[in-house]
Parts: sequence; C-alpha cells; structure tokens
Amino acid sequence: MAERGSAAVRVEEVVSPGGIRAYLASERSVPFLSLELSFRAGAVFDPADKAGLAHLCAGLLDEGAGAYDSQAFQRELEDNAIKLACEADHDELRIRLKTLTATREHAFELLRLALTEPRFDPEPIERIRGQVLADLRRRESDPGYVAGRAWYARAFDGHGYGRPIRGTPETIARIRREDLVAVVAERLAREDLAIGVAGDIGAEELAGLLDRTFAGLPVRANRPPVAPVTPALGDTLVLPMPIPQSVVTFGRPGVRPSDPDYHAATIANYVLGGGGFASRLMEEVREKRGLAYSVYTYLADMALCPLWLGGVATSNERVAQSIELVRAEVAKLARQAPEEREVADAKTYLTGSFPLRLATNDQLARMLLGMMVHGLGRDYLERRNDLVRAVTREDLERVCRRLYAGELLVTVAGRPEGLPG
Amino acid sequence: MSPGDGRMSEAGLIPITGAVPSAMFNPTTFTLANGMRVVVVTNRRAPVVAHYVWYRVGCADSPPGKSGLPHFLEHLMFKGTRTVPPGEFSKIVARNGGNDNAFTSYDYTAYFQMIAKDRLDLVMGLEADRMADLDLSDEHVYPERDVILEERKQRVDNEPQALLAEAIQAAQFLHHPYRLPIVGWLHEIAAYTREDAVAFYERWYSPSNAILIAVGDIDAEELAPLAERHYGRLPARPVPERRRVQEPPQYAARRIELVDPKVRQPSLVRSYLAPNQRPEAHREAAALEVLFELLGEGATSRLYRSLVVEQGLAAAAGAGYQPWSLDPTAARIYASPRPGVPLDRLEPALDAEIARLLDGGVGEDELERCKRRMIAESIYARDSLGGVARILGMALCTGLDLDAVEQWPQRIAAVERAEVEAAARAVLVPAHSVTGRLLPVEAAGDG
Repeated sequence: MAERGSAAVRVEEVVSPGGIRAYLASERSVPFLSLELSFRAGAVFDPADKAGLAHLCAGLLDEGAGAYDSQAFQRELEDNAIKLACEADHDELRIRLKTLTATREHAFELLRLALTEPRFDPEPIERIRGQVLADLRRRESDPGYVAGRAWYARAFDGHGYGRPIRGTPETIARIRREDLVAVVAERLAREDLAIGVAGDIGAEELAGLLDRTFAGLPVRANRPPVAPVTPALGDTLVLPMPIPQSVVTFGRPGVRPSDPDYHAATIANYVLGGGGFASRLMEEVREKRGLAYSVYTYLADMALCPLWLGGVATSNERVAQSIELVRAEVAKLARQAPEEREVADAKTYLTGSFPLRLATNDQLARMLLGMMVHGLGRDYLERRNDLVRAVTREDLERVCRRLYAGELLVTVAGRPEGLPG
Repeated sequence: MSPGDGRMSEAGLIPITGAVPSAMFNPTTFTLANGMRVVVVTNRRAPVVAHYVWYRVGCADSPPGKSGLPHFLEHLMFKGTRTVPPGEFSKIVARNGGNDNAFTSYDYTAYFQMIAKDRLDLVMGLEADRMADLDLSDEHVYPERDVILEERKQRVDNEPQALLAEAIQAAQFLHHPYRLPIVGWLHEIAAYTREDAVAFYERWYSPSNAILIAVGDIDAEELAPLAERHYGRLPARPVPERRRVQEPPQYAARRIELVDPKVRQPSLVRSYLAPNQRPEAHREAAALEVLFELLGEGATSRLYRSLVVEQGLAAAAGAGYQPWSLDPTAARIYASPRPGVPLDRLEPALDAEIARLLDGGVGEDELERCKRRMIAESIYARDSLGGVARILGMALCTGLDLDAVEQWPQRIAAVERAEVEAAARAVLVPAHSVTGRLLPVEAAGDG
C-alpha cells in the first residue's frame, strides 16, 4: 500500500566542491523550492544569566544584513515573495527558506547575508526585544505554556534544558549587541550544519549555491560544553491559574530517532496516545468519558535527553480523573506490551501514512533535514517502512518497559480539584 | 513518477518577472444526477489523494437557541451508522494508512481524508455511508456533548484573547448569525439533544447540498465511476435555501473592553463591517484584499512600519480580510503594545495611520509591489493537496464558483489605485466599527 510513494521520492546527497552537505529531493512539479537547515546553536548553549539569547538572535537574523538595513532586507524578501524564518529551540537554531525558482539566486544571497553579515542595528534589537517581552507576557496567561514551562523547569532544574528558550524579562534585558554577534561567530559553524532541500532544483545547481551561501561560515564552532542529563521525575506540580479548565503536561525519558528501539517506540507511542482516535488514551479519556477534547503523547527529540511527553485538558473538577486514567494506561503498557491487533494496526497506519508526510516541499525538506541531523542516512525513506514492519514482540516488550515503567513528572496549570496545590 | 507530473510547470509561470498566471489549479468539475457537485484537481507527485466532502451549511445556520449545533453534528458524524460502529470511522481510515478529520465554520462543514490512492474507494464508501445512514444513540451522543464543552473551554474560556474575539464578533453583528460563536454558547451546548442533531442532519445533509473535492493522484476520468458508485446511488433530497436574517446598517461605533486578571499583555482589535465577494461584484472584494494586504501584511506593511518600527509603540500590528463569506463579513486590524505603552497611546496612532491612508491615498509603487507579491505567493498554494481542496471548497460554499479561484491572480492584477482608495473610504468608517481592548486588571481605567 502506497509503498511506491516513499520509494518514489529520490533523495540525493549533494556535496558541494567546498564540502557542504545537503540532502536533496528534486521535485519539478511546482516552480519553487523549500530549504530547511539547522545548527547546533540552540538555547541550551545560552549563558544562564542571558537565557533567551539564541531565540532573540534568531529573531534578528532577518532584520538587516550586509548593505540592507532592517526595512530594506524585509522589502527584498517581501517584494520577491521569498519566505525566510528563523527560530531557536533547546538544541538548534533552525532556518526555513522558500523561494520561487525565478528568485532563487537572490534568496540564497539573502540567506548568506543573514548568516554571515547580520547587522544587529540598535532599532531592530530593541524592537525584537520588545516583541519577545510582549510574547512572554502573553504566554503567562497561556496555560499550555505555563504547564509545559514548569515541566521543563522541574525536570531539568540546574541544566540548560531547564531554562526557558525565550528567556525571562530579566535575562532578556541583559542581552547586548556583542552577545548576539558572539552567537553568530561562535555557534553558526559548518561542522554541524545540516540541510534538507526539496523542490525545483537539481544537484549541480544546488552544489554551486551551497558553496556560495555557506562557504564563509567558520568550520568549527566554539560552544560551551553541555552535559547529558536525565529528568527529575515523580512530582505532580500545580501552577494556580484562574481558568475553568486545567491543562496538564506529563512525560518521561524517551527514545531518540537514531536508537535501534526508535521504531518500536513509535508503535508503542501510537498505541498509547500518538494515534489520535486509534489511541488508548483517546478511547479512555475522550470517547468513553467525554473528559477532554484533546489528549495526546509524542516523542520529543532532545539531543541530550530524548523525552516522551503528553498533554490533556479537562475541567478543573474532573481533571484528577483524567490524570489517573493517564497513569493507569501508562502503567498497563509498562506491564504488558500492546496486543497483536493493536500492533498490526499501528504498523499499517505508520507505514501507509508515511507518504502523506512527504507530500509537500516543506514537509520533505524538514524530513531530509531530520535524516541528516539524526544520522539516519540518505536511503532512510526507502528503509523506514521495513524498519517499522520488522519490530517484534520482544522489541515492544523491551521498549514499553523502557518508556513506561517508572514515575511520571506531571504539571497542571489551572485550579484542579483533588490535587495537592 | 507518472507522465502527467510536468503539467503544471509547463506553463512556465514566473510571475515575479511579469506574467500573471491565467489559472491557479485547473480544476475539472461535473455534477451527479442527484445534484452532488464533484471537483477534481490532478497532482501526480505522490500516489495520494485528498478527499474532501463539503456541506453548504455551517454555524450561521444554527437553529435559534442552539448555537454551534452544526459543529456538534460534525463530531457526531464519527459516531456510527447502521453498518459502521461508533468510533470506527477514523480507526478504519487509520488502519488503511490514512488521516482524517473535519471542520466547521460559519458557512460550511467539511470532512476529509488524506489517503493512498488505492484506498480512495474505501474512504469514499465510508463517507457516502455516513451522508445517508447516520445512526446515533444516546450513549454516544451525550459524552460527545461533554467533549464539546471541553473543546469550548480549551479554545475560548481558557484564553482571554479568544473571549475578546468572541465578544467583538457578537458586537459587530447585532442581528446576523455571524454574531454566534462557531463552537456555540456554553449554556446552549449543554442543552443540545440527540433529536436536535438528527433533525439538523436530516434537513441539510443531502447529496444535493454536498460537494466532493478530490486533489492528488487522480483525474476526472478515474474519479467519475467511483463518485457515481458511492455518492450517485444516494437519493436526492431537497434542501432549504440558506436564508439568514441580514445585518441592519450600523450607525454607531461600538466599544468592548475585556479586563481579566489572567491578562498580562494588552491588545487592541478593530473590526469593520465589510462586503463579501459576490459573483456579480468581485472588484470591490479584490480591492479590499489588496488594501488589507498593504495595510497590515508583513514587516513592510503600513501598520507594522509605522506603529512597530518607526514609532516604536507596538510589538505587533497587522490586518486581515477574508472576502469568501456567504453574507457580508468583517475585516480586522490589530495591534499589541510594547511593554510600557498604554492602549490610549496606541489607539490614536493606529487611527492616525488609517487617516493617513484615507487622506493621502495609496502610492502607485506601493500598490504594484503589493499586488505582485500576492500573485507570486499564490504559486506556493499549489503544493499542498489539502490546501487546494480547502481553497476550492471555501469558494464553492460561499456562493462563488471555481472561476473566483482560477481568476484570482488576474483579478488582483487588475486592481487600480482608485478602487483601493474607494474601498478604504467605504469600509474604514468609524461608525461601522467595533473596537475591542484586552486589559490586565491593574491597567483598567487608565488604558
């Protein structure tokens, strides 16, 4: 079923004369391309007293570079329908570029300028700083953000993962221009640059553009060392907020995409809470009892400590029941791997739906980038469904113990009844 | 890949250097004997089809006192037929490697599956089955009503910004049902019955009121026999005309202030009554689209440049207008202050920017840049199968035909400066507006 879909996507590894690597899926049906790239330059490398530095820096890369001040740079993008977006997460600084074929050369030149000659003029620094502060204040009243933030803060207290990606008003206020310049000079390096490209371009054309765009970056990064870490588990924390519905984050250590158990973990996660209406949590929490509109789990690829995380939102007076149901389903999977029928259903979904995740240039570029970041290899798209099918009962028993046996960390934003506040 | 996949690039469209595309998606369309409309767009890049069934009915067609009932029915469409047990629909789709979901707006309700081409027959059978044979029991209806209550709390009641948006919408439309929240008012959701949902289903869910849109690795020749077999067998049933009470003229500006202890970041929203696009009067809608684009889309737009960059009063500012609506609609402008700037300073600055546009008009260069960008960016829309299906379905469910979509680039290209200025004078009228302010408790009163 749909096997030719993933097989039909031909992935090339392009290595430019200057040694820049990218995965490319050439696709000529619409005259544009999508590119996604990442550097290991995320928030985990921010100094504790300047948390939010990578995030602020990402927000400023498209705010003026080379001869273009902020408005001129934005005008070059907008007038040419070029989309450039930069963001930072815990581990990475990511950039997405989308351009019509007609404006391709110019788009890559703007990307080169953003990466190598960002201006960091005073006006955009203060403007984007103001936007970050306004966004933080807005997030203070978003229970999903509050619960998620509290989860990471408790799980990784004292480690870079425990600090907020976006910083705090105090740390944001401390960031100076030289800090931003240092992020670009020290963290944006060729050694861990990963690139995925999909769309209307061939390998030779791309190779030339890769050299022109990225050759000016330093080869080696100069980043502070970061230590592996494991999350602190076991607590249930309540973050009081005056809202009618409590929002819950829960989770434990997960499995990374390069781990031999990864595909078994995706099957287990599908059965628990990753499979929408096919998942046990959706059945128990929503379908049988009407306790929530959404309840879900997912595997989060954190470079130093992969996680599995989940969420549910239930009225304050009934949320304790939702959390109990989550605990019970997690414990059940820890004791006993999914039933044969569930495993078979998960496999047909995960293999059959794989082409759906590769149907647009944006999706493909992101997938190719992930393959490079996680070292999965150029032929991963061809191998992936066989890897899912090859998962055995023993694999699932092992991975279920690994994922689900042990304590959860749970954070709740709201006014939950029957939970220690 | 199959031989057809070069079709779309053959046109060689490079709008940025001049030529305006003469079409967007090249759809093919036909109608079944029972009145069900079918639209096909071929895109052979992957052996996948986006299969959408739209009903020309939405939350603006809620029965009196039962706001949001069409959205409740959307949920219940997954709760079983005489042949497919409750909850099985999505599981069957998933077991076949597909994704499915549904959505409801004011003017339409739509159900979709993304599925491998060789499983299309199966999902068409399932979708046709629930169009005619829904079989609901209390034990599945009432827990789902609780789910809707939780959905409302999650999307609206927990979010001050969403509560303000709901209040602005209710203030903008005194009479027309666009005043109602799509998800429904809490007390009316709590009172829905199974009989309400069934009556609504029987009234509106007929093939003659439905539109099938398939986008992907399929053409009309392949789709027609499948559509005949699954949907063509369903008997035609008359469906009432959608006649909603219409909005009276607005003579007085309206103001809303939501003060909430949860709010930390204030914001400002200005809503104006605005015309919808009608088949016989599309030029004004096109001019308004261009107006709102140059006013508030992107970092070089007038509002962002003035309020955020030059004056440094706002953290964010923008504008939005969607002309595809069955009845006259609303266009919106928003701004969010930088820390320390009171809304009482931001709002006059926003008004001054609107006044500058009304007094000084629009620049020829500004207009050309804006139009060129809108047209160029429309190329990106061709890449997403589901995105194409949504664009076409929205047009067809809001009283427009496929040419509204296909000729969109040409219509945008034809917009003239005088039309944009006339549209601005017609719509940006204080007496036709609602101003909504979101404030934290401590700032109430001093803005």
